[in-house]
Amino acid sequence: MKVLTGNDLKTGDVVWWTGSEWSRHVDDAVDAGERAEEILAAEEAARRVNVPYIIEATREDDGKVRPAHIKDRIRALGPTVRPDLTLKPQSPEAIDWVI
Amino acid sequence: MYKYDNYDQQMVDARVEEFRDQARRRLEGKLSEDQFKPLRLMNGLYLQLHAYMLRVAIPYGTLNSEQMTALANIADKYDRGYGHFTTRQNLQYNWIKLEDAADILADLAKVEMHAIQTSGNCIRNISSDHFAGATHDELVDPRPYAELLRQWSSFHPEFTYLPRKFKIAVIASEKDRAAMRLHDIGIQIVEQNGELGARFFVGGGMGRTPMIAPMIRDFVPLDQLITYAEACLRVYNRYGRRDNKYKARIKILVHEIGKDEYTRQVEEEFKHLLDQGIEPPREELERIKPFFADPAFEDGPKTVDRSDPDFALWIDRNTHRHKHDSYVSAVISLKPVGGIPGDATGEQMRLMAQLAKQYSFDELRIMHTQNVVLPHVKIADLHDLWTELDAAGLGSPNMDSIEDMIACPGLDYCSLANARSIPLAQRISERFDASGKTGKLGELKLKISGCINACGHHHAGHIGILGVDKKGKENYQLSLGGSEAEDVSLAKITGPGFDEDGVIEAVEKVTDVYLDQREGEERFLDTYRRIGMAPFKEALYD
Amino acid sequence: MQFRFRDDEVVDHGTVTVDACCDQTNATAVRIEPGDDARELLPFLDRLALVEVNFPTFGDGRGYSAARILREAGYTGELRAVGDVGIDQLSHMLRCGFDAFAPDKPLDESDARRAFATWENVYQSAADGRKTIQELRHE
Repeated sequence: MKVLTGNDLKTGDVVWWTGSEWSRHVDDAVDAGERAEEILAAEEAARRVNVPYIIEATREDDGKVRPAHIKDRIRALGPTVRPDLTLKPQSPEAIDWVI
Repeated sequence: MYKYDNYDQQMVDARVEEFRDQARRRLEGKLSEDQFKPLRLMNGLYLQLHAYMLRVAIPYGTLNSEQMTALANIADKYDRGYGHFTTRQNLQYNWIKLEDAADILADLAKVEMHAIQTSGNCIRNISSDHFAGATHDELVDPRPYAELLRQWSSFHPEFTYLPRKFKIAVIASEKDRAAMRLHDIGIQIVEQNGELGARFFVGGGMGRTPMIAPMIRDFVPLDQLITYAEACLRVYNRYGRRDNKYKARIKILVHEIGKDEYTRQVEEEFKHLLDQGIEPPREELERIKPFFADPAFEDGPKTVDRSDPDFALWIDRNTHRHKHDSYVSAVISLKPVGGIPGDATGEQMRLMAQLAKQYSFDELRIMHTQNVVLPHVKIADLHDLWTELDAAGLGSPNMDSIEDMIACPGLDYCSLANARSIPLAQRISERFDASGKTGKLGELKLKISGCINACGHHHAGHIGILGVDKKGKENYQLSLGGSEAEDVSLAKITGPGFDEDGVIEAVEKVTDVYLDQREGEERFLDTYRRIGMAPFKEALYD
Repeated sequence: MQFRFRDDEVVDHGTVTVDACCDQTNATAVRIEPGDDARELLPFLDRLALVEVNFPTFGDGRGYSAARILREAGYTGELRAVGDVGIDQLSHMLRCGFDAFAPDKPLDESDARRAFATWENVYQSAADGRKTIQELRHE
């Protein structure tokens, strides 16, 4: 699936396009499909997100979204060397998902 | 230490307001990201993987306790309680919000600090020897010259949109502790016929095409220093390549037209600029020098009680001979076993600030190896200092050992990276510490970069590791034989790359070859230079 | 042209290229592109009333050197920055000797006025003849 992502303009937070807004959680991401470019242009103009772009991802059987590239999986979770600062500080095993 | 006067303060304050206005125009949509990006970069503000990153300049790596404390407070107030010391003696914060950036710059300005030109295609923070003004082996303190260059390079009207970034290092010792010849301009202060002058090396650098800077002039009189630098930059600004970002550094210009032709053009421009009278008045250097005068050293004990073996080890590894025989420079390691190289928490920064006040005339230095120095510590105080450092996890006795590796932030933080660097650093230090091999290996400089931009200086490592992306998987290339010091050389790749486990095994194997083959007091680098690549290759790939 | 800091008459006819200017003895207005060598114009400075320096993209800083070189050689005519000229380039351009600005896209007047006045004092000697901070310190 085609997923839109970027960083919040004001805070820099990693965000994912949910179909109507931006979420910090990759699992909220939807397939933007054919409309991806169009949404990007509109969102660029709205100045909420800094240089949004399209990435490839897959939706797993449990409904979770997995970006194809390790860089976007690290973006989705946080630095693998600081589990305490990731989005899942309570589950250090989340690092395994990145790799 | 240099102290701002009203003019310096005015410049920094003006910059804060300028940036505040730029950020406002970005948020109001008057600036696109394409227009804003170079402006925010010139104030050290990057967009990295997880947030904005702010890089704060620490000119020539020197700061006082108040400044270190301010850095700690910013880490706690605006970031997530820590900062990362870099290979160009700067500090960067990883979790900054654009809406806070101007306020942070204002906080920095209150303690005579800033983030000016810590990124962008302009002249970057001037770096220097971290033992400047303290070490036994220097001609003079190089920092007054670095300060003169700092002022000249700040907001330079002609050189703000160079073809590419531009880094300058200044040293004044035959020992090169600043990777001087791997800079766009390396300046060595030298003496000739009883007079001081500047030796210019131009066109060095790491990145994807590493080059060692050739010397283009062996002596520039000090009252022409700025004019000569201006000539070097003007030739580059006019003729450096702008068609290809990867060929835009000055090293490519010097390489393509040749050192002699580049030198000829610089000399011609220099001659012209001498007539323009752009050199700051001579009195300015004399005004700057007293800021770097020696503190009031006192005679005291010259030896320590070595009965505690842990303390003795730290003394042997982490102190450097001072010009006054009752003092040493003490290195605070930011490389705890299994830790993140160069990271320090707000709490640790405050402690280092306090220790500097107590034991080192209120002064600290940042090393390009991502550690911190207390430049002037009384030998009599060393045990007390070490005891406090050790209790805070800052007493690792590992300077210049394999555990004292440089590692860039890598794919854990950096948007340019292809592979992670920090996990390798952590695993290697844990492994060599556990096996007790670190001490046997002696001086062994390991440098790890997470991409070809070489922020982790892998080209200059006795052992270098470069992370690459191999079909979506992290892969690591090993190289041997580099040095950033006065015996500067570029490392050579051993052969095909390895996965994460594989490269750690590979490091183990090359160190085994060294231990097996070394003669006398040879360092790893010396053995490599004597026996060549073949025995290492054989151990790795056969 | 949006900003001009001179009182003489505006040159409103077209410019020629640097090559054409060197070949042609009567041209009074010339346009420098980033790859041009401004020094080729030095023999003709007396007859020039306008030099335009083009910035196709604001990140290409060669025009700043071109401007200073002309002023250092004694050129006193109009030096006009044209092209991708933004608010944040104005203060540096002014320092390098530009005295007229014709940005492709008109700039916000109040933002521009503020930008021209960014630096109350300056660290470097440049083409604007201002005393540097280092000179002021030792007066």
